[in-house]
Amino acid sequence: MDIIVCIKQVPDISEIAKVKTDPKTGTIIREGVPSVVNPFDEFAVEEAVRVKERSEGEVNVTVITMGPPQAEEALRKCLSMGADNAILLSDRAFAGGDTLATGYVLAMAIKKIGAYDMIFCGQQATDGDTAQVGPSIAENIHIPQITYINKLEVQKKKIVAHREIEGGVEVIECRMPVLMTAVKGLNEPRIPKYKAITKALSKEIVVWGAADLDLDMDRVGLSGSPTNVVKVFSPEARQGGQKIQGLTYDEAALKILEILKEEKAL
Amino acid sequence: MGIQVIIEKCTGCKKCVLACPFGAMQLVDKKATINYDECTVCGACANACEDDAIVIERGAGKGTENIEQYKGVMVFAEQHAGEMKNCSYELLGEGRKLADKLGQELTAVLPGSQVEHLTKDLFAHGADKVYLVDNENLASYMTDPYATAVAAVIAKYKPAIVLYGATTTGRDLAPRIAARIQTGLTADCTGLDIDPETGLLLQTRPAFGGNIMATIKCPRHRPQMSTVRPKVMKKPEPDYSRQGELIKVPVEINPKSIKAKILEVIKEAKSTGDIEEAEVIIAGGWGMGDATNFKMLEDLANALGGAVGASRAAVDAGWMSHSCQVGQTGKTVCPKVYIACGISGAVQHLVGMQTSDLIIAINKDPDAPIFNVANYGIVGDVFQIIPKLLEELKK
Repeated sequence: MDIIVCIKQVPDISEIAKVKTDPKTGTIIREGVPSVVNPFDEFAVEEAVRVKERSEGEVNVTVITMGPPQAEEALRKCLSMGADNAILLSDRAFAGGDTLATGYVLAMAIKKIGAYDMIFCGQQATDGDTAQVGPSIAENIHIPQITYINKLEVQKKKIVAHREIEGGVEVIECRMPVLMTAVKGLNEPRIPKYKAITKALSKEIVVWGAADLDLDMDRVGLSGSPTNVVKVFSPEARQGGQKIQGLTYDEAALKILEILKEEKAL
Repeated sequence: MGIQVIIEKCTGCKKCVLACPFGAMQLVDKKATINYDECTVCGACANACEDDAIVIERGAGKGTENIEQYKGVMVFAEQHAGEMKNCSYELLGEGRKLADKLGQELTAVLPGSQVEHLTKDLFAHGADKVYLVDNENLASYMTDPYATAVAAVIAKYKPAIVLYGATTTGRDLAPRIAARIQTGLTADCTGLDIDPETGLLLQTRPAFGGNIMATIKCPRHRPQMSTVRPKVMKKPEPDYSRQGELIKVPVEINPKSIKAKILEVIKEAKSTGDIEEAEVIIAGGWGMGDATNFKMLEDLANALGGAVGASRAAVDAGWMSHSCQVGQTGKTVCPKVYIACGISGAVQHLVGMQTSDLIIAINKDPDAPIFNVANYGIVGDVFQIIPKLLEELKK
C-alpha cells in the first residue's frame, strides 16, 4: 500500500505573538520566527505512520511539500516521525500561488509519484487557515475526499472514517484511493527520539522543480492564481476593558449578572 | 511575471519593510530588497510604497472566457435533513446588499432531496430566484454529488459571485467546485464589499490566526467565490410576502459515481448546544481543575441558553472533547457573549475567540493575558463566583 502525506511548513504562531509585532504598524515581523510543521499535518503524518505500523503488508509513506528550500527541515521532521520518503517541490515559478495553483502543483506531483491508496493532509494550515488545498488536490486527481476525520479504520480495499461535523460525526465508508484531511483528536503525534532523528538526517530528500513535472505553466504560481491580495492590514487590536478586583464573590456574581443584563444576554 | 523592486525609484523610506507581514523585505544599501525565500507575493509592500518602486506583474493566465456574461450573486443554501442552516440566511442578507450595489439579482442554489418546501424561506430572506436541484442522491451531503449539482447550476446560470457558509459542508464543497470550474475561492471571509470602480468583489479575511487581515479579489475568473464565516453577517428579518421565481434544474447524478457512503451519523451526547451556533459560550480552561468541575459551566450554559467551550489545556487533559475546543487547533467562534473561566489566554486560544462581541473573563491571576482582550475582567475564584451566579440566576 502507498500513502502520500501533504504537509506545509508554517511560522510558529506562539512565537509570532511573543517575538515581534511592529509597534507602529502592528504587522508581524517574521524574521527570526521559527518555522514548524503545520500542527494539523502532524496528525496526518502520524496517522499514515500508524497505518504502516499496523499493516501486515508492505506500506510506503511518502511525505511531500511545496515550499522554499528551507522547507526541507519540515520534511526531515516527518521522516523522523516514520515517513519513508520525502519530496520537496521547490521552484521560483511556484511562488505566489494561491490554493488553486498550489493544489494543482501538488496534484501533478502526486500523479508523477503514481501509486497512492491514501492521501493525508492536515485539515488546514495555521498560517492561511483556508482548508482548500486538500479538496483541490482530490478534485485534480479525481478521487473522493473525506475532510475533518478524527478516526480511521483501514480495511482491505476501503476505509471507514469518522468525519467531525457540527454537533457530531458522520461515519463514512469509502473505496480507496481516497484523500482525507486530519483534525486534532485523530491521534497523538509522536515526538521523535534521537535515533529516529539521526536516521532521518541521513535520508535523501528528492527535490522536484517545475521542469520535473508535466505542468501547464498557466496554472502555476502567480499566473495560475485567480485570487490576489489587494490589501493587507492589521486588525485593530482588541483592547482589554475594565479589570475588576477586590470584589466579594457575591458582588462579582452580581456584577456579571448586571453585565449580562446590559448586553441583553438574559 | 513576479515581484521586483525598481531600484532607481526606491527612496529607501522603509515603508515596505514595515508593511511586509512576512519579514521578506529588507533594506540593503538603503534600497528595498526582497528575500524571495520568504516572499509570498501578497502585495502589502507594493501597497505601502508611495514611489511606485515595487511592481507585481501577474501573468495573463487563462482567466474565464466570456467573463461579461457572469451576473448576479448566488448563495449556496445549505440544508441538512430538510432543515436550513442559519448561515444560509446570513448569506442571503449579505448577498442582498452586494446584489443591490451591483444592481443585479440575488439567487440561491438549493440542492437536496424533497426540499422544495424550503424555497419560500429563501424568498422571504431575500432571494429573487431559487435554483432547486431535487434529487434522491442528494438526500444527505456528500462532496461529489453536491459538487456536481452546484457546478452544473453555476455553469448554466453564470453568477458573478457565489457565497458558501464556512461550515464543514461549505469548506468541503467550495474548494472542490473551485478546482472543478477553475476559479478563485477565498476562505472564511469576515467582510464582503463591491469595489465601486471595478464592480469586483472585495473579500476580507483574517490570516495568521487573525494577526493580519487581507483583502482579496478575483479579477479574471468567474464566479468570484467565498466561504463566509458563520455568525459574522446579520441574518435579515424574513418577509413572507416577498415573491420569487422557482426554477427546477434537473441534474443527472449517477449513484454509481458516488464512491463514499455515509454509514451513520452519530450525534454527540451533550447536555448543552454546539459552540458554532451558540450566542453565549461558557468556556473553561486549565483553572477548572478537573472534568467534574465543568458541570457548573454546563449548568451556567443551560441557564443562559448557551454552549460549553474549552481551552486546549482542558481538552488535552481529557476533561472535554475536542469538538468543544476553541482556538488554533479547535474552532473559531464569535458569539455575542464569551465567558472565559479559568482560562489564562494563550495566543492559541485568543485567535479562536477574540472576535466575540463581549468577553467576560474570570481568573484568579490578575496578570493573565486573557484580561488583555476581555471587556470585563473579574479577578477572582471561578469556583466561588460561578455557583453564586447560578444562585442569582435561579432567583
